Amino acid sequence: MTSAGAGAEATTAIAAAGTPAPAVRLPRRRGIELALIVVAVLLSVYGYCAVGLAKNGTLPPGAAGYGAGLGVLALVAHLAVRLRAPYADPLPLPIGVLLNGIGLVLIYRLDLETPGDRAAPAQLVWSTLGITLFILVVAALRDHRVLQRYAYVSVVAALVLLMLPILFPAVNGARIWVRVAGFSIQPGEFAKVLLAVFFAAYLAANRTALAYAGRRIWCVQVPTGRVLGPIVAIWLLSVGVLVLERDLGTSLLFFGLFVVMLYVATGRTGWIAVGLLLAALGAVAVGRLEPHVHGRIEDWLHPFASIEAGLGPNQLAQSLFAFSAGGVLGTGLGLGHSVLIGFATKSDFILATAGEELGLAGLSALFLLYGLLVERGYRAGLALRDPFGRLLAVGLATIVALQVFVIAGGVTGLIPLTGMAMPFLAQGGSSVVTNWAIVALLIRVSDSARRQYDGSTAP
Amino acid sequence: MTRHIRHAAVFCALLLLALLVNALRVQVVESAAHDGNPANRRASIARYGQPRGDILVGGAPVTGSRDTHEQLRYERTYREGPLYAPVTGFASQEYGTTFLEHTEDDLLSGVDPMLAPLPLWNDVTRGRPPGGNVVTTLDRRAQQAAYAGLDGRKGAVAAVEPATGRVLALVSSPSYDPSLLSGNDPGVEASWERLNADPDKPMLNRAVRQTYPPGSTFKVVTAAAALDAGVVTDLDRPTDSPVPYRLPGTTTRLTNSGDGCADASVREAFEWSCNTVFAKLGVEVGLARMSRTAQAFGFNDTDVRIPFPVATSTFDTSLDRAQLALSSIGQYNTRATPLQMAMVAAAVANGGQVREPYLVERTTRHGGATVGTAGSRSARQAMYPATAVRLRELMEDVVREGTGKRAAIRGARVGAKTGTAQHGIGNSGTPYAWCVSWAQGKRDIEPSVAVAVVVEDGSANRGEITGGGMAAPIARAVMAAVLGS
Repeated sequence: MTSAGAGAEATTAIAAAGTPAPAVRLPRRRGIELALIVVAVLLSVYGYCAVGLAKNGTLPPGAAGYGAGLGVLALVAHLAVRLRAPYADPLPLPIGVLLNGIGLVLIYRLDLETPGDRAAPAQLVWSTLGITLFILVVAALRDHRVLQRYAYVSVVAALVLLMLPILFPAVNGARIWVRVAGFSIQPGEFAKVLLAVFFAAYLAANRTALAYAGRRIWCVQVPTGRVLGPIVAIWLLSVGVLVLERDLGTSLLFFGLFVVMLYVATGRTGWIAVGLLLAALGAVAVGRLEPHVHGRIEDWLHPFASIEAGLGPNQLAQSLFAFSAGGVLGTGLGLGHSVLIGFATKSDFILATAGEELGLAGLSALFLLYGLLVERGYRAGLALRDPFGRLLAVGLATIVALQVFVIAGGVTGLIPLTGMAMPFLAQGGSSVVTNWAIVALLIRVSDSARRQYDGSTAP
Repeated sequence: MTRHIRHAAVFCALLLLALLVNALRVQVVESAAHDGNPANRRASIARYGQPRGDILVGGAPVTGSRDTHEQLRYERTYREGPLYAPVTGFASQEYGTTFLEHTEDDLLSGVDPMLAPLPLWNDVTRGRPPGGNVVTTLDRRAQQAAYAGLDGRKGAVAAVEPATGRVLALVSSPSYDPSLLSGNDPGVEASWERLNADPDKPMLNRAVRQTYPPGSTFKVVTAAAALDAGVVTDLDRPTDSPVPYRLPGTTTRLTNSGDGCADASVREAFEWSCNTVFAKLGVEVGLARMSRTAQAFGFNDTDVRIPFPVATSTFDTSLDRAQLALSSIGQYNTRATPLQMAMVAAAVANGGQVREPYLVERTTRHGGATVGTAGSRSARQAMYPATAVRLRELMEDVVREGTGKRAAIRGARVGAKTGTAQHGIGNSGTPYAWCVSWAQGKRDIEPSVAVAVVVEDGSANRGEITGGGMAAPIARAVMAAVLGS
């Protein structure tokens, strides 16, 4: 490892012979990444074995195959990073592998309770697809700035993807799925990344105009309609579609993403005030008018109302029971009863299983893993010098952060519940694939961020 | 831009912090409340996740567990359920637990800290050891004899060992099978509703949870009070009692069902159960001494547990003289459980000492190692030992030549007192047939069993309902079973 690293650095030094001698020699830290991946795979296999031992008293028959499969995928991904993004941040890939591995363990564990509905095999296929996409992105995308050119393609694709499910029947009150040949896809998931690319590109191009042009009304500098118009239109359109589809979580995510990126691009605190005001208005309006949403808010305010009414605990109450049952150290993998939650235990409520069986300790560890992933995204954003890259990194990290907050806050009763997938953990193909794409882009931008120091003196 | 990226990062960090704090709130601060919410099925799942320990009679379990592979996995089963129902009670997924299943629940379900190999072990491992067993004091043959004797008629039997207070038999009839209430299937609810709607109240534990007017069997208490107080010194001296006896301060005349009570001696009056003599005796003893003696026998004790609570037997302590006269022959407000009357007989048999009754001999771990034993129970002196000797004589006379002839056992010393208790408005109800008795085997140095039987059979011909006719044979069968075993 050290010899390979030294060799590669020597090559760089020769290539940069024409320019001033490198002031900083950055370590590549690929060995750390590999070691962390090994740990992540071993932890996942350990969890898989623990579930089997707890539920059936024997090691699960597929333990070796499962570990080998996950290990090979992770190693290939690592090789792709080593070859094509050698300066990349060593943390995002192991975090992705660990979260995806834990997700597979939890889904496998819940499958044992519902013999008629097995989701782990499909999730494994989707994870494979996701890591394949990761490898493709890392290998094919040499420079993230290329994406800037496809800003408008991205936004059109995002809108099409968002609108697609309207043509398909609603599932459980939300019209966000497309069912093709037995597979159900949530196109809104892919739209997240595309929209982040568009926002980053548009804001990078127009940030000066947004920040300084236009009239000043009250104490807010309002940009000209020509600059502000398109992006507000896109944003309104996407949120409108989502409200029509009753995908509350994603509309909240888009809203937050838009406000954060606008703030970072323009540096105007006024945007946050406007954003919060709009959010409050929107929330009140939707909460009043939409019975589906109104019910969610009632559930959040009074999670045990249905028990008092003699109707038994609702999903949120069951979820809270599951978290409580876990306590500090958890019941142990396979030994909880989060299956009592019923519907959506493997998707929206998978965190309840983590909370019950791994306890506050395990749950906090999961939150910190997500936090670390987000932090690495922001770090890449800070290190980059091109505005598009910075905004893209911030946008991608914010997507992860908001998504985790919205779903985890929902199932633990912090905010009203909105259907959403916990990144990597929850059952759901589109989600896993999208999150691997996000990690791939973070790897790419972090590689660029650190590569630019190499051979230059000042950041 | 850098500054604003940092701001956004701080915002994300705050979101993370909010999640962590909220997780702490849900999983630690509010955890106990959620765990205890009755709608949370986890406690039941854990509780029924392993077989329950067993209740043992004569070394063999009368309970069992059946694996249903359902969410509430193990169901309780009962061997000879109706026979032991007044002792075991039921353990139902739907309706909770009663009697021994209830009072010994922690041990049977495995959460009793005594079962853990080390202190706090269960809390650390979050597991629970296998349920322990409860060894009862019951005598299998006595129990069977009592149940067979009642033969489905409404009534109850309680038998105790006088020297220790061990409960040898506890039977209530008609009974029910507690296994009907185990499990999750819809039949359980139907059974529950049917049993509750049944006018015969099969789930009522008549031996310990129902009080009856004790009628003439209470004359044992009155006689003890009179002898202790010195109101009666010679059992054979005429008592100067008129027939009918006018209740003091009223015009009500009290009569007897038989003849020969006028001016009878206490021995004759006891033998032939003369109401007039004992009503007058009670008044002569006085309220204070009558109350004291009744309470020494266990009346008005609100805290009798065997270990499940026993209904309080009552002797009214604020009476005028007419009421005292009636109370002294087991009428008016005097009420007793069959177990209480068995204790009265046991006190006579045990030299005047009342031992607190108990039903659990010891508790063991799953493997059989003892966790707890009954230990010595407190005793109360209900009467002087000399009084007890004379009362024994009186009770033996009842069996030899009085109303209790059908309680006699060849080759054993048997004492008894029968009773036919009036009840209902204007005594309109079918009278209860009572018999309290004790027996001493030929080779025993002291009486080994005391029994109380009550039969409340509404279907029988009123004239046939007498303690001697209906209750004494059952008492005899129970005593014979204990002596023979």
